[in-house]
Amino acid sequence: MTEHRKLDFRTLHYAGEEGRLIPVLQKAQEEDGYISRERLQSISRETGVPVAQVYGVATFYSQFRLRPVGKNIVRVCHGTACHVQGAKGITEAVEDQLGVHTGETTADRQFTVEMVSCLGCCSLAPVIMIGNDTYGNLKPADIKKIVKRYKDAGAEAVKK
Amino acid sequence: MKILVGLGTCGIAAGAEETYRTLRERADNGGPRYELGKTGCIGMCYREPLVEVRDDDGRAWQYGGLTKDKVERLLSEHVAAGRPIAEWLVVSDVGPSPESAYLERQNRIVLRNCGRIDPESIDDYLAVEGYQALDRTLAEKDPEALINRIIESGLRGRGGAGFLTGMKWRFTRLAQGDHKYIICNADEGDPGAFMDRSVLESDPHAVLEGMAIAGFAIGASDGYIYVRAEYPKAIERLNIAIAQAVERGWLGENIAGSGFAFRVRLKEGAGAFVCGEETALIGSIEGKRGMPRVRPPFPAVKGLWGCPTNINNVETFANVPWIVRRGAAAFNSLGTANSKGTKVFAMAGKVRRGGLVEVPMGISIREIVQEVCGGIRDDRKFKAVQMGGPSGGCIPAELQDTVIDYESINKTGAIMGSGGLVVMDETTCMVDVARFFLDFTQRESCGKCTFCRVGTKRMLEILTRITEGAGRDGDIELLEQLAALVKNNSLCGLGQTAPNPVLTTLKYFRSEYEAHITNKKCPAHSCQKLLTYTITEACTGCLACGRVCPAGAITGEKKQMHHIDHAKCIQCDECYKTCRFNAIVRL
Repeated sequence: MTEHRKLDFRTLHYAGEEGRLIPVLQKAQEEDGYISRERLQSISRETGVPVAQVYGVATFYSQFRLRPVGKNIVRVCHGTACHVQGAKGITEAVEDQLGVHTGETTADRQFTVEMVSCLGCCSLAPVIMIGNDTYGNLKPADIKKIVKRYKDAGAEAVKK
Repeated sequence: MKILVGLGTCGIAAGAEETYRTLRERADNGGPRYELGKTGCIGMCYREPLVEVRDDDGRAWQYGGLTKDKVERLLSEHVAAGRPIAEWLVVSDVGPSPESAYLERQNRIVLRNCGRIDPESIDDYLAVEGYQALDRTLAEKDPEALINRIIESGLRGRGGAGFLTGMKWRFTRLAQGDHKYIICNADEGDPGAFMDRSVLESDPHAVLEGMAIAGFAIGASDGYIYVRAEYPKAIERLNIAIAQAVERGWLGENIAGSGFAFRVRLKEGAGAFVCGEETALIGSIEGKRGMPRVRPPFPAVKGLWGCPTNINNVETFANVPWIVRRGAAAFNSLGTANSKGTKVFAMAGKVRRGGLVEVPMGISIREIVQEVCGGIRDDRKFKAVQMGGPSGGCIPAELQDTVIDYESINKTGAIMGSGGLVVMDETTCMVDVARFFLDFTQRESCGKCTFCRVGTKRMLEILTRITEGAGRDGDIELLEQLAALVKNNSLCGLGQTAPNPVLTTLKYFRSEYEAHITNKKCPAHSCQKLLTYTITEACTGCLACGRVCPAGAITGEKKQMHHIDHAKCIQCDECYKTCRFNAIVRL
C-alpha cells in the first residue's frame, strides 16, 4: 500500500510532462535497486502506458535491471582505452575475487559485477567503479585489496 | 594566495577530493592563510590530481600528482615560505615549466575556461565574459545575421558527421511550426571519448549559453540536454548551472529584458549507444525505445513531438559563444580550407601524456601524438591511432602525417568522429581491436535492421574465431563481403559505420589477419589462444604452476626446472598468473 502511495506522488511529479516513462523507471530503480515485475505492472497502471511497452523500454536500455542486485555494483570498464590497457585481466581478477561471472551477483548479495562500455576516464585506464568510487591505473593484483575494503565494510555492517 | 583543486571525474578518481578535503581542514585549523577553490579539468589527466597555486599578483603554479599526503609539504614550503616545489611542478608562469609542451601547441576555444573557473559558480563564468554573447545576440535582435555569422565561421558539427552548424540552424529556422526545440546531444557514447563530459563538468554555462543563442536563432524557447547517466558529475553541475542561470535571468522568461524566453530541461539517458543518433535520441526523450527512424523527414522539419528540432552536440554549442563574441573571422582564420576552428581530442591509450587536447584543425597526427602528447609510453613503437570510436577506424603510423580535417581523415577510412583518439603500440593486436569494436556495435545494435543486427553478429563470430586460432581460409573475403552488406543496408549511422574498424584494419594490417589465420600466430603477442607458453631458466621448481594447470601440461621435480607440454597446453594463462619468478614467457 505504501509503495502505491509513493508511486502516486512520483507520477504526479512527472505529470504533464510527456516522455515521463524513462524518468519514472529510473526513479523506481533508484529506490529498489532494480525493477520488479510488480513494479513494472504498477508503473503501467499509474502512467497509463501498456505494460508491454513499459517492459519494452525497460529491456531496451542497459541501465535498467529486472533482477535484484548486490549492495555494491562493480562496474568494469571495457572502453577502447581500457581494452588496450588490459581490461580483460582486470575482469578476470574481479571475477576470481568475487567468485562470480560478469552479470552475476554473489550469494551473499554483496556484489554484482557488470561490464560497461566506457566510464569516460580513459586516461586512467584500466578503470573500475564500485558504487560511486572510481579506481584507475589498475593492475590485476590491485583488485584483491580494493575488493577486500568493501567486503570488510560489509562484514562490519553485519556485525552491527 | 589562492589554491585551486581540479575536481573533474578524472581528478576525483585520482584522489582530488581527498586533497581538497585535507586542504579545507588545514585552512580551518590554523594552517597558513589561503583561499581554497574548486575548478574543473584542465585536461592533463595523466598528472591528476592537479592543484594550482595562485599568488596575489596572479602568478600561477600548477602541480601534478598532488595527493593528500603531499598537502603538508605544499603548505609549508610554497604557501607559507613562498618556495615553489620544482619536482612536482607541471606548468607555471614563472620559472621552470616541464610540461609546457602539452599546452603550448594547443589553442583553447572550447576548453577556454576548463580548469580555470569554478564550474559551480556563475560569477566565475560572468567574470570571463560569460553570457555576453547571448546579451549581444538579444540586443542585436537579428537571427538571420547571427545564422550568417555562424555559417561564415565555418563551424561544423563536432559530434561526428561534420555538417555545417549554421546551415542546420537555417533549416530549422525556415521549417514550418509554431513550436521548435533545441537539443544538446550529450550522450557521449563512443568508448574512448570524454571531452563532452569534461566540458560539461568544467564549463557548463558555456553550453547553456550556446544553446540559448541557437534557440534565439531558430525561434525555439525550449531546450533539452540529453546526458548519459554514466556521467553523474556532469549532471550534478548542469543542474546547478541551470538553476543559477535561471536565478540570474540568463535562462527562463524574458531574458535580459528582451522578451525572449528559453527554458532548459535535463534528460538522463538510460544507457543505449544508439541514442547518440539524432532520431533515436528524440525517441528516447519522448519516453520510447531509442530506435532510429527513416530520414527524411529530418529533425529540422519533424523532430521532437513532431516539431522542428535542432540537435547539436556539446562541443559545437561550446564554440558558439566564442564565435559570437570574437567574430566569424577569428574562428575562420584557424584550420584548413574546409575545416575551420579547433577540435578537442580525448587522448588515451599508450601515449605518455593522456588527456584533453584542443588543437587547430590542420595539425598532423604526428604532431599530436609525438609533440603534444610526448610520444609512446615505455619507448615502445607507435603502431596506429584509432579515431572516431566504433564508427571510425585505425590510421597506421605510416600515415601519421595525415592532417586533422574532416576530408583528410575520411580519406584514410576513419572518421573525425567525436574526437576520441586511442593510441596503440606494437603490443596491440589489430585483429583484436577490430573484434573489440564489433563486439561493441553488435551489443549496441538496436535490432531494427537485419543487416546490422545479424551482420555484425556474424562478423563478430568470424573475428572471434580468428583471434582464437580457428580462423579459416576465406574468412577475410567473407568479412569484406559482410562489411559491404552491413554498410549499405543499415538505416542509421551505427550500422552504416560499424564495419569501419574491420575495413581499416584489413586495409592497413592485412598481414596480421593472415598471420592469425594461416600461421596461427598473433604478431603482437596479444591473443591469448595463439601464445606459446615456455618455462625459462628463472624457474626455481616451486611446483606452483603445475598445481594450477588444469590440463596437466606441466611436469617437473621439486627444485628442478619445469617443462610445459605444448600439445597439452590450453593457453589458459593460469601458470603465467601464478608464477612468482617471472619464469614463464608467452610468445
